[in-house]
Amino acid sequence: MTGSNTAHPAGPSTSTSSTGTRPRPGSFPGLTVTGFLIRGLLAGLIAGLITFAVAYTVGEPPVDGAIAVEEAAGESVDEAVGDDHAHPEGTAEHSHADTAADDGHSHGEDAEVSRSTQSTWGLITATVVFGTGLGGLVSLAAAFAMGRFGGLRPAGSTALIGVVGYAALSLVPFLKYPANPPAVGDPDTIGTRTGEYFAFLLVSAIVAVLALVLTRRVAPRLGWFAAGAVALIGFVVVMLIVAWLFPVVNEVSDDFPAALLWEFRSASMLTQATLWGVLTVVLSLLVQRADPAGRRPAGLSA
Amino acid sequence: MSQAAIPPRSVPTLAVPSLPIRTILPWALLAGIVLLIAVYFVSSEQGALAVFSGSGIHEWVHDGRHLLGFPCH
Repeated sequence: MTGSNTAHPAGPSTSTSSTGTRPRPGSFPGLTVTGFLIRGLLAGLIAGLITFAVAYTVGEPPVDGAIAVEEAAGESVDEAVGDDHAHPEGTAEHSHADTAADDGHSHGEDAEVSRSTQSTWGLITATVVFGTGLGGLVSLAAAFAMGRFGGLRPAGSTALIGVVGYAALSLVPFLKYPANPPAVGDPDTIGTRTGEYFAFLLVSAIVAVLALVLTRRVAPRLGWFAAGAVALIGFVVVMLIVAWLFPVVNEVSDDFPAALLWEFRSASMLTQATLWGVLTVVLSLLVQRADPAGRRPAGLSA
Repeated sequence: MSQAAIPPRSVPTLAVPSLPIRTILPWALLAGIVLLIAVYFVSSEQGALAVFSGSGIHEWVHDGRHLLGFPCH
């Protein structure tokens, strides 16, 4: 990390600057750990529902397009293999189910879950479960952040966690390992690709936490704005090096349409941005409503 | 801003309290584990790893897994 040259004993807490004062006043009634958690789960649920609408509208067309490409490829493979498969007059769906038999995965009508169910009930299950879970995790981080970042109100530190979380757990991982549509990716490498993806997520999360810790450490000397800028630069530099060190994955075949790949990846990015964005905004608003100083005076008196 | 009738307990800007780590930690462990399991089932079950055999869960969350950016297959 940058700025590790200053070894400063964490002992003397001189209250020279107003930013460094950390009295522990009485807690806000709504903003306990469980208060944060409930708001996070609710915000995540809302974010998951809105994310479904975006993913269904923007994301499903390229997913269907990619599956069409996959099934066309499966058909040609079937024709090439020919006699090895003794199935009656291979239809497109059936040929895909055949090729997918090895990895236990299929999209066609032979699949356990039909495409129409996958794109509706399946998709909303995924976005709502993932959104609610993410909302809970983000709210716990926000509970920890409250009162630990200078003059930020609880809503401000919550928004900070949301923005940092989006950058560290969605945006930066996407730039290194972008989402892939169906038909892209070798099923034989799913194990290593999944391992690399989650390892990268973990490293990114740790570096982001270190950046936040660094911000707190150097803020008494540089001020909060400069401290945040130093930490941001440190995060970017470290993650560039990490991304350079991690293995390259490129399993896009030459046959896959470039425009379709771009359409899918931008839709995936929009889906993730929607989830994080709605979650962060809703949770911050809910936290602000629970902040005694965050309520409007008119709202109290009237 | 008519704050004449309000008793002196109300301060213009309330200092923000911080929650002690020891009150956060139990919740972070409990909720963290439960929520990470939920995230795992959406993101990875019956892909690279599998608790349950078959492909029903994988297929059910298939589209979401792709669009949320996880390696699917």
